[in-house]
Amino acid sequence: MKGKKKLLLLAGVLLLAVFLVAGCGGGSSDNQSANKQPAEENNASTGENNEAKDEPLKIGFIYIGPVGDAGWTYAQDLGRQYLEENMNVETTFIENVPENADAERALTQLAEQGNKLIFATSFGYMDYVQNVAKKYPDVVFMHCSGFKTQDNAGTYFGRMYQPRYLTGILAGEMTESNTIGYVAAHPIPEVIRGINSFTLGVRAVNPDAIVKVVWTNTWYDPATEKEAAKSLLESGADVIAQHQDTPGPQQAAQEAGAYAIGYNADMRQFAPQATLTSPIWNWGPYMLEVAQGVEDGTWKNDQYWGGLADNVVDVGPFNEDLVSKELQDEIMAKKQDIIDGKVTVFAGPIKDQSGTVKVADGEVMSDGDLLSFDWFVEGVEGKIPQ
Amino acid sequence: MTSDQIIAILAAAIVAGTPLLYAALGEIITERAGVINLGVEGMMLVGAVSGFTVAVGTGNPWFGVMAAAAAGGAMASIHAFLTISLRANQVVSGLALTIFGTGLSGFLGKPMVGIVAPKTLAVINVPALSSIPWLGPILFRQDALVYLSYLIVPLLWCYFYRTRGGLNMRAIGENPAAADSVGINVFFLRYVYTVVGGAFAGVGGAYLSLAYAPTWLENMTAGRGWIAVALVIFAMWDPVKAMLGSYLFGGIDAMGFRLQAMGINVISPFFLKMLPYIFTVIVLIIATRKSLKKHIGAPGALGLPYDREER
Repeated sequence: MKGKKKLLLLAGVLLLAVFLVAGCGGGSSDNQSANKQPAEENNASTGENNEAKDEPLKIGFIYIGPVGDAGWTYAQDLGRQYLEENMNVETTFIENVPENADAERALTQLAEQGNKLIFATSFGYMDYVQNVAKKYPDVVFMHCSGFKTQDNAGTYFGRMYQPRYLTGILAGEMTESNTIGYVAAHPIPEVIRGINSFTLGVRAVNPDAIVKVVWTNTWYDPATEKEAAKSLLESGADVIAQHQDTPGPQQAAQEAGAYAIGYNADMRQFAPQATLTSPIWNWGPYMLEVAQGVEDGTWKNDQYWGGLADNVVDVGPFNEDLVSKELQDEIMAKKQDIIDGKVTVFAGPIKDQSGTVKVADGEVMSDGDLLSFDWFVEGVEGKIPQ
Repeated sequence: MTSDQIIAILAAAIVAGTPLLYAALGEIITERAGVINLGVEGMMLVGAVSGFTVAVGTGNPWFGVMAAAAAGGAMASIHAFLTISLRANQVVSGLALTIFGTGLSGFLGKPMVGIVAPKTLAVINVPALSSIPWLGPILFRQDALVYLSYLIVPLLWCYFYRTRGGLNMRAIGENPAAADSVGINVFFLRYVYTVVGGAFAGVGGAYLSLAYAPTWLENMTAGRGWIAVALVIFAMWDPVKAMLGSYLFGGIDAMGFRLQAMGINVISPFFLKMLPYIFTVIVLIIATRKSLKKHIGAPGALGLPYDREER
């Protein structure tokens, strides 16, 4: 009897193993196979005329979330698609790669598959990128938002605070209650910098307005983020901004008849009656530049931090029904001022929440200060959790 | 804090608690029959995606809810087959179901990302009842699935403790051998309750994608399935306590943000997030002591596969 029981248990476990493989592989295997076809065609053609030039540059991507998250990963994937359209490349991506040793395996896999350039698109991949880069000196690694480099590994990021400042101006003009809600993600410098620049934008046009901040400690939980936005709406906010990768906060705003500002990519479709615009990522042209550099052998291991002038970040399309032409023009003019260097977002005088001058008149915060931001400017209502 | 703000917190607690409530009720039904199914998170996700897909396809959110129940039930039937017929380890099978459900829902949901449902479950104000001060705005300005849960909880309680069917169900969970000896079909009933429990979890998921969020995004349950599993222990396998517990857990969620929005920063949001689990541990300790006095506790045969030939 015992033997039969064990056999059944074994059969059960095997069946589960099959499910597990099916469950984990479901997302990535189909897109890998989708990319295989052009690869085979290309191999066939290179076999005929034997020209190395025709061989596409193989580029790999690892993503923290699903490509359909409508946010961060979606924006990175738009960059990948831009590469496919504008250059002779062959791309492979792996979705939902957690920020642990799995990332190292995924990166190794991509390097073993012969990718010559690999984009690692989340902060937590940093040390794994460094480890794998050491093992594959011929492969170029680009890590988003990190601060470690080596001979064949660089970093890239965007000055999202610049378009956030512009959306702050929009929020400051649109608010009637002079209370703006900001659904904040995790208390890290990137998020704090975003809140501060947004608030500076708000106060530049509306010195009486305040920005209320609520922390969700999530990047990706639509229900929780919607709930957080609701709490802000209930306490008087009539414009909601956010730093998460889901449209939850905008949907809360739409239900309450308020306005919202998205993030990452054009989010108007999720809440068409509320979303005014979104500060967006535009990775495509930069990724193309990197890929071209790798192909030509001119690539350098920079720490890239591009802004509006480099077209890496932008203000997304405006909601024509809600934002007047004059207001759009005002914001576009400000955008041009930032590009031309006439306006600097973090230029003094800047006071902190207690009213103490932190950045004196005529001074400008350095990139180092910006990258380690840990205080709120005047006009923010809320605390940074310790 | 004004009365309006308190009402808003309590009303939000019910909305946040409802997906937990459905999932926890399903798990209570399953566990009462002696089967532990840790696949709640996976079943909720598959329920959420199928509910949303059908609601978008047909334009009727109720077809979506039904599809979600069917999908949750189908997921649970995998667990039932593995653990009841094949007598596989219930914990392993349940965990695998969660991982499988996460992957499957992401795969099935690919075309649904970014779509706005044409019709979702809207808020319905119950005539007369919704104008009662305090209770009205909290309890009776909700959507139909919330009202349905108000009905299901007492009905389940009656079924558990006042009917022959409920007695049989508890018997197969407490002592399947004894139940078998008096002619109760242990295998068949365990199948039924596991599948019904999965259907509830599916509806809990559909509540997220059709009423709460309402949209489909991968992994949108964000750990609520696990809170529901904890909630079952917290509620000591009782549907009425599960209702109170889910509103309490939902309320903690809702209160955290509102305290922040009001500028009250006494309690760290990290601490609030931890609270449901702390409560569960405390209740576990109390429940264990009580069960020593043979009052209440987990079903006796919970997690044990029933084998007729092994007496």
